[in-house]
Order: sequence, then structure tokens, then C-alpha cells
Amino acid sequence: MIKVALRGLLGRKLRSALSAMAIVLGVAMISGTYVLTDTINGSFNSLYKEIYKGTDAYVAARTPLKANQNAQSPSIPESLLAQVRAVKDVRVADGGVTSFPVSIIGKNGKVIANGGAPNLGFSVNPKISVFNSLTLVSGSWPSPNQVVIDQGSAKKGGFKAGDMIGILGAGPEQKMRLSGIVKFGTSNGILGSTLAGFDLETAQKVFDKVGKFDFIQAAAKPGVSPAKLAQELQAALPASVTVKTGQAEAAKQTSDTSASISIIRDFLLAFAAIALFVGIFVIVNSLSITIAQRMREFATLRTLGASRAQVLGSIVGESLIVGVIASVIGLLLGFGLARFLMWVFGRAGLELPANAMVILPRTIWVSLIVGVVVTLIASVRPALRATRVPPIAAVREGATLPPSRFHRFRTVGSLILVALGFLALLDGLFAKGLTTKQILFTIGAGALFIFIGVALVSARFVKPLSRFVSPIGVVAVVALSVLVWPISILIWAIKHAAGNATEFPSVAPDKIMNKLALRNAIRGRERTASTAAALMIGLALVTLVSVFASSLTTSFKGAVDSIFTGDYAVTAANGFTPIPVSAAKAAAKAPGVEAIASVRVGEALVYKKTAQVSAVDGNASQLFKLTWVQGSQQTLDTLGSTGVLVSDSFAKSHHLKLHSPVGIVTPDGRPLSLEVAGIYKPPTGGSPLADVTISAKRFDSAFQNPLNEFTLIKMKGGQTAANTKALGRSLAKFPNAKAQTKQQFVDAYISVINQALTILYVLLAFSLVISFFGIINTLVLTVFERTRELGMLRAIGTTRRQARRMIRHEAVITALIGGALGIVLGMVFGALLVERIKNLSFSAPDRLPYINFVLAGYPLVFFAVAAVIVGIIAAIFPARRAAKLNILEALQYE
Amino acid sequence: MSTGATKKLVSKTAAPDGIAVHAVDLCRIYGEGDTAVNALCGVSLDVPNGHLTAVMGPSGSGKSTLMHILAGLDKPTTGTVEIAGTEITNLSDSELTRLRRKHVGFIFQFFNLLPMLTAEENIVLPLEVGGRDIDKDWLDEITGKVGLANRRKHRPSELSGGEQQRVAIARALVLRPTVMFADEPTGNLDSRTSGEILQLLEEMVKDYGQTTVMVTHDARAASIADRVLFLADGAIERELPRSEPGAVLAAMNELSR
Repeated sequence: MIKVALRGLLGRKLRSALSAMAIVLGVAMISGTYVLTDTINGSFNSLYKEIYKGTDAYVAARTPLKANQNAQSPSIPESLLAQVRAVKDVRVADGGVTSFPVSIIGKNGKVIANGGAPNLGFSVNPKISVFNSLTLVSGSWPSPNQVVIDQGSAKKGGFKAGDMIGILGAGPEQKMRLSGIVKFGTSNGILGSTLAGFDLETAQKVFDKVGKFDFIQAAAKPGVSPAKLAQELQAALPASVTVKTGQAEAAKQTSDTSASISIIRDFLLAFAAIALFVGIFVIVNSLSITIAQRMREFATLRTLGASRAQVLGSIVGESLIVGVIASVIGLLLGFGLARFLMWVFGRAGLELPANAMVILPRTIWVSLIVGVVVTLIASVRPALRATRVPPIAAVREGATLPPSRFHRFRTVGSLILVALGFLALLDGLFAKGLTTKQILFTIGAGALFIFIGVALVSARFVKPLSRFVSPIGVVAVVALSVLVWPISILIWAIKHAAGNATEFPSVAPDKIMNKLALRNAIRGRERTASTAAALMIGLALVTLVSVFASSLTTSFKGAVDSIFTGDYAVTAANGFTPIPVSAAKAAAKAPGVEAIASVRVGEALVYKKTAQVSAVDGNASQLFKLTWVQGSQQTLDTLGSTGVLVSDSFAKSHHLKLHSPVGIVTPDGRPLSLEVAGIYKPPTGGSPLADVTISAKRFDSAFQNPLNEFTLIKMKGGQTAANTKALGRSLAKFPNAKAQTKQQFVDAYISVINQALTILYVLLAFSLVISFFGIINTLVLTVFERTRELGMLRAIGTTRRQARRMIRHEAVITALIGGALGIVLGMVFGALLVERIKNLSFSAPDRLPYINFVLAGYPLVFFAVAAVIVGIIAAIFPARRAAKLNILEALQYE
Repeated sequence: MSTGATKKLVSKTAAPDGIAVHAVDLCRIYGEGDTAVNALCGVSLDVPNGHLTAVMGPSGSGKSTLMHILAGLDKPTTGTVEIAGTEITNLSDSELTRLRRKHVGFIFQFFNLLPMLTAEENIVLPLEVGGRDIDKDWLDEITGKVGLANRRKHRPSELSGGEQQRVAIARALVLRPTVMFADEPTGNLDSRTSGEILQLLEEMVKDYGQTTVMVTHDARAASIADRVLFLADGAIERELPRSEPGAVLAAMNELSR
């Protein structure tokens, strides 16, 4: 039977290849994701190993906060170094500081940066080479008030050793001499980070850490193990610091990094899973159609003595072969995809430290197993149906497949599935006390049920759905044809001039062909429904993203309008890096400033959880308009050293009233005694403040190196060209800060959101591409199946163009059904998600925005038009096949 | 290919009046070199208007090939065919399609109705495909004539084989084509139904003057024709005027001997 399976495959190369595309793409996403994230992980692993290779013991401040990539750990006093050196097994020890952002200013006055990669600054001590992981490429090591930078930044900024260069640390920009150019160990860059190294004293000044270290590194005398050294040091040092071996520190840093990389990995794998799920629909559909067409073949096999099991085996065997081949191709394609993405990263300046691709055995077997298993799952149902073909079908003209035993339960069953799906979805979204994993699992299972259920039940409604979308498709196709008419006419003219007589392009709809297409779509309702379902899934998710985006941005805009009463906002030039406090001080000096207030944000331990704490300064009451539950605008300016402002939901979940004490512990472990001075209701659309807000004065004394998120300014005369210019001038020394009008501020934020959403669209595009292949596949099979009808139609006067249009309209109807179902489902999902976010209570550590459901019409129209275009493009190839059929052969086709 | 050349050819071999299809010296060779097969060779014939011409012959005699070439579905290797005065062997696909819309009707052995259309929708399909108006009176007339007046809204699956072929006949007639080609119209029907269908075809010719070419291997079918052509090995071997089935059968047997 394997031989039969193999022969069957070869005889249907095109069909097999088209359905295999679904598996190829899905598996490529899996293997590409693994290779990419493993490579990044491996790079960081070797990077940290290199940094700490000479370090036996590593001393840093103890912090009660959970490790967070973005938060800087607190510093330790310089005096500890002497204590470390006094420990007898220490051969050599040195302290250093590091900070971010420490920006290099290019010759154009702008910060040199690569995408979102951080701008790192640190102290360099070339004298103790065991701790120095930098290598000098040109020039010399920095003397006081000098700087070394990495090769990439030097190249990008056009700098060479000896140039004067602008450096922006904790204060305003300062000019320094560039003493040399360095690289990190053997690699040219670390994922696009820019590096600025100084001698210790300069670094401490630039970072505003005079008299402090961020860490002390120590190397042991010969014969002393790192563990022993760490133990000795811990015993000799105060409890405010923690000592680890160099290896342990490297491992911790690696695991911190790989934790965030594994989030990215799981995120990408989720999209691969969606793509494969869509792929299952495509494969089930094409197998079902193929099997219906091959009934006579199976029946003949049965008459020749093949058992049901053998028929089953031959189909499953075929799928197995397709699955294996597709998975292998997908695996290799994934390697290429990863390589391509690394190249893209490199072009964007986010160069990986090491360039060798990391291909773990896990990548290979997971990709292959998933690909094969998914193909097998998809083949089971169609294969079982094939076994029910009776031998008599071999000799009977026009026999049809016997319906499944469960056929009569199908509508009810699928409705129950949809209902169960929605229950799971609601449970996942709104039930209390679920872990993140449980939430994601429940939501995922719910969505899965809904998609399968809707796909099954929609077969019952293909008739009304097709009737509904067909006229829409006609209008859309006419509109699109008019748009491309000039091009069609040009092509026609060229062909005509070349003596190739074709019909003059017309845009008018072909009534009869559209009617036939509509009837065909209804006739093959099961295949129409499941082909549409594949597209539905992708479009539902795209719509969900779009609904979420429009809700988010509109609500944000509303929030800004309602809460900010200023004229200008000073924010980071790149939109997200915090800015030095001194920038606000400089801006305050601009002529015409009437009121100015900044918001700082830091992380602290709030009720034993790591959470954000914000602070306001200056004339906050004149620039923020809050909705008060307790307190008034004045409260904003009178928080003093003990007052804390809390959101109403935070107050509710911690049972806080006016004057209730609030327990907050700073990153270096000091408890702050605070009491509630006011309770406010955050606006829908995002609050500029965290759940707890203190005065900037208190914040600056409790948190190291405070930075502003943004600064609001009210100017005499409001937004005028003169005011904009004055503010710009006052910020000249702070190239990473820029003054924006309120409108620009909103637009900048929205564009950041939209950029993030673009990534989601790109990832979902994979699923859409798979469903696109699904439509092609179904149409190709349909053309095969209706060969004789096409022959008859051509014989009675149907032109080739008419035949093409008939196929095209069927594709458009199918795509629009998918589009309509997808868009509706997407809106429902979007509304549920928004409702869920709206009802979020206290959520640490993120300030998730409070948003309202907003439906933006034009993206939805765009998606519907996109569905039509997908249909039209998918129809091109099958329609050409239909048009090119030889009438005589088609009429004799069985 | 230019239309000018076509017109020249037409004038050179212009068909005499009263001739619907005029074929001269048709040859159809499949394959090349040693493996070349002459499916048809040196066949010339005229199909007079208002006549039913039957083409008979054993399988492989080239009768289907001849019909396909006469109908413009296949092209002869050499020779010319004119339908309603137009040389068709050099026409492009779209020109041929337009010609078929106006001048050619088809009846197939397996009916070839579209299952998703009703009987009436199937009947008017050629008009709709060609973008022509439906002549309501004519439609009623032929629907009644083929005996489907009260089956108009039925789908092919709800009709018997004979009824399906009646739909197909009405579909071919709705155009009032210059010539109607029937390819084994009774090949898929039982003998009683065959008789009814043949009677219907005969009426079409008699009552409406519908020029018809019928390919068949059924002697009874051929007996309704005004003229029977016998094909063997790609050439016309014999021609009979209107004859009884027995005479046709005898001629056939003689031929295969």
C-alpha cells in the first residue's frame, strides 16, 4: 500500500505541494524562532562568560526587588573596596560604575542609537586586565575627561580617535576628547548597544555616582576557589551587599536575559501555532476534496481485495510522506528565515555578538515532530471517510461519499463547541485568581473551540452568507478593476500592437458568470466554508489587533486631552528612554514658562511586590487635571515628604482611606513611611501616574539617579512658534530630550503603539499566506472536478475570460465569507479584551491602560477589501488553468 | 493571424446557398512521423439547411473527430470548414467562441447540465453566457415542445435521464443555431427513452427546420436522418438517403466486414 500511496502522491504533485505549503510555513516559523532565539541566547551566554571570566567574586548591593532588566540596581559606597582588598585571599580587586542611558552625540547633534538598543556607559580600568573585557582597536585608553566608544558608534558617527565628542550622562551634554575606539572582547557589538567607557572618576561624575560603585570585582589568590573567596568576602562585608562568584553572576545575567528572550520565543511560537492551526484547515479541506474525487479509485482498490485498514493506511501513508517532506523543507526554510532576520537586525545596527547560528537538536526534532503530527491529525478525518467508500462505487456513475455517522449531530455539536469556546474565553478573561499560564491556556482553548465550531457551523450558512457577500464582491471587483483599468488597457494595447488579439478589457460585471460562481460556492458549501474558515482565523486576529489598537489610541488621546492642561511636553527624542532631571531644570529657564511639572518613575517594593512608583514635582496642580475621590488639585503640590497619592482601584484593593499608611520599600531596602494624601480616579486611556505617587522631593531622596519620564509645560501665550523655539533653545544641551506640542506628544505615543502592532500584523501575515494557499488549492481542485462542466460551458459560447471570471468570483465569495466571519469574530474578541482591560484592578508592575472599546471603521473596510484582493490573486492561477482547458479533452474528462 | 486572410479564404471556397456547414478535404493527423495516425482523411461534405445528417461508423472510424472539427472544437490538419459562410479553421479562440454563441448548438451523450441550475436556467444558459436577451415566447414554445412546461423549476438531479436530455435539447435550440450537433444523444438512455428523444429531434428538424448533425452508432437513431453518412478508417465510405433501421444496420454490417 505504501507503493500505492507514493504513486498517488506523484500523480498529484501540484495538489500535494499546495497543501504541503501550509506545513512548510508553519514549521519554518517554529524552526526559525528556535534558531533565532537560541542564537541570541548563545551570544549573550558567551558574552557574559567573557565579561566575568577573570572575576572570581562579584560584590553588589542587595536589593529586595525582583530582577528587572530596566531597573538599575542600587550603588554601594566606594569605601567597601578597601574592605574587600583587606580580605586575605583577594589577589586583586577593583570597583566600577555603569549607567544607562549614557548617550554618544553624533556630529549632527543627535543621539547615536540603533533601534531600541540601550546606550550603555561604564568605567574602564585597563591597568587591571583580568577584569577588562574591552579590546582597544585604535587610539589609547581614556585619561580623565576622555572617552572610548565602540567601533559601531564610531563608524556611524564618523568619529576617529582624537576627535571631540558629545557625551550625555546624568547632566547636560559635555564635550570630551575621544581617546580611542574599542570592541567588546572579540565581537563588534552587542545587539546594537552603544558603549561609552571612561576612567573611574570621570565615569562617576558623568553618571552622578561620585563616591559610589555599582559593583566590586575580585580575583582570588592561586589555590583559592571562587566559592571560598565569595564566602570570605560575604563574611567580611556588611549585609547590605551580596557576594557571588563570577560564574554565578554570569549565569544570573544570562538567565535574566534568556528569561526575556524566552518570552519573545514563546510569543513567536504562539504565532507559529496559529499558522499551523490554519494549516490544518487547509490540509483537511484539500484532502477531503481529493478523496471525494478519488472515490472510484478507493472503491476499485476495495473490489481488488483491499481492506478498510489498507485504504486508511494508504491515505495516512500519503500524508505521512507529505508531512515529513514538508517538515524537512520547513525546518531548512526556518534556518534561512533566522539567517535572514539576523541579517535584517544587522542592517538595522542590532548586530549579534556572535554570528554563528545555534541549531540545537531540540529545534530539529520539535520542528519535524510538530510538522508530521499536524499533518497526520489533519488526515485522520478525511482518511476515515475514504474507508467508508463501498466497493460498488467503482462501477457506479456519480456516486457520492456516504455521510459520516455523526453528520446529523454536526450543527448542534458545532454550536455547543462555539458556546463552550465562549465560556472558556469569558472564564479566561474574567475569572479571578487565575495564573497567567491558566489565563493564556483557557483563552487559547476557547478561541480554538470557537474557530473550529464556527468553521463547522458556517457550512450550514454558506447559502445566505454567499448571497450576502456576492454583491459586495461584485462591487469591490468592479471598483478594483476600474482602479487598475489604465494598466489593463495599456497591457491590452501592447498585446494588440504585438499582433496578439485579446478582448478589450472591460470592468462591467459578468452577470451570468457571477451567478454561476455563486451557485458553485453554495454547491460546494463544505469546502467553501472550510476554505473561508482558514482565512477567517487570520482575519479575526488581525481585526482583534486593529480593534485593540483603535481603542488604545483613541482612549489615550482622550486621556491626554482630559488630563493634561499644559501646552508642551518634553519627552525623550526616541519616545521611551527617560531623561535627566536637569533637562527639566534647563527648560524651566526658557522665557515664557508659566508652570512646569515633571513625572519621575522608579521601581520599589509596594506591598511586597515589585511595582512602579511615580513622583510629581513643580506646579503639578496647574498641569494635571485629575478626577478626585479624596483630595483636590492642591493635593498634587502638597504631598510633602510623607504624602502619597493613590488610584481608586489601588485604594480599594488595599483598603486604603485618607491618612492610611502605605508600605513602600526602596530598591536599596529602606522602608518609606508614607500616608494617603489623596485618592483619584485614573482616566480611561492611560494614566500618566503609577498607582502610587509621591512628591519628587521624597522620590529624589529615596531613589538613586532619578530620571524624568516627561515634563509638562505651560507657556505664556500657549503654543506659538516663538515658544517652541525658546523651549528648543533651552534644551540644546540635552539632545535626547525634545519639546513637543500636546498634539505631537500624542502622535509620537500613537506611532510607538502602531510600530509595535505592525510586528503583530507581520506575524499574522504568515497565517493569511497559508489560508491564501488554501484558497488556491481548493480552486485548483474545483477546476479539476468541474472539468467537464467547464468544457460544456466553453462549447456553448463561454469565452476564456468568462471562465476566468467565474473562478475569480467564486474565490472572492469564499474570501469575503472568511473576511466577514473573521471581522465579526475579531470585533467580538476585541470588545471582550477591551472590557477585560477596562476592568483591571491594581496591576503591578505595569501600568496597563484603562481603555474604551473604539471601532475604527476604515481598517475593517480595508481588511474586507484585502480579503477581496486575496481572493482575486488566489484565483489567478486556477482561473488560468480553467480558461486554458482544451474543450474537447474537458468534455471527455471523467 | 489576420482577419483579412480569413475573408479571402471564405470568398475562395464560398459555400453554395442553402448549405449550413461546408467542409472541404478534411484531414486530421494525430502524432508525427512513424507514429502518425490518420484519424480523418480527405473528407468533404455539405450539410444542407433544414436537414438532419447522421454520421455513423464503428468506433475509431473518425466520426467523433469529424463532428468536433465541423463544430470548431478541433482543428483539421488540412482542409477547411465553413459555418454559415465563415471559414472557421483559422479563427482565434475568442472568434470561435463568438461564432459558437451565434451559430452552433450542442447536445451531449452525458447531457452536461449544470447541477446547481434549474431546468429553465440551464436552457437559457447559452443566451446568458452570450449576453443576449431571452425571447420569452420562444422559450415557452420550446419548453413546451420538449415537454418540460411543468418541470422548469426542477434541478437536474430531480429529473430522469430522458428529461435531462430534453433540457439539453431545449438548451441547444434556444439559440436557434445555424447548426446543432448531437453527439450520441441516445447513448446514455434506455431504448424507450431513446425513442422519445429521437422523435423529438426529428420534430425539431421538421417543425423548426433545425439543421442538425448527429453522430451515433445506433441504427435506429440514424433512421430518422434525411441522410446517413458512413465513416470507416477516416473516410466517408457510403451515403444513404433516409432509410429504415434495417437498411442502416445492413449498411453498417457491410462496412465492418
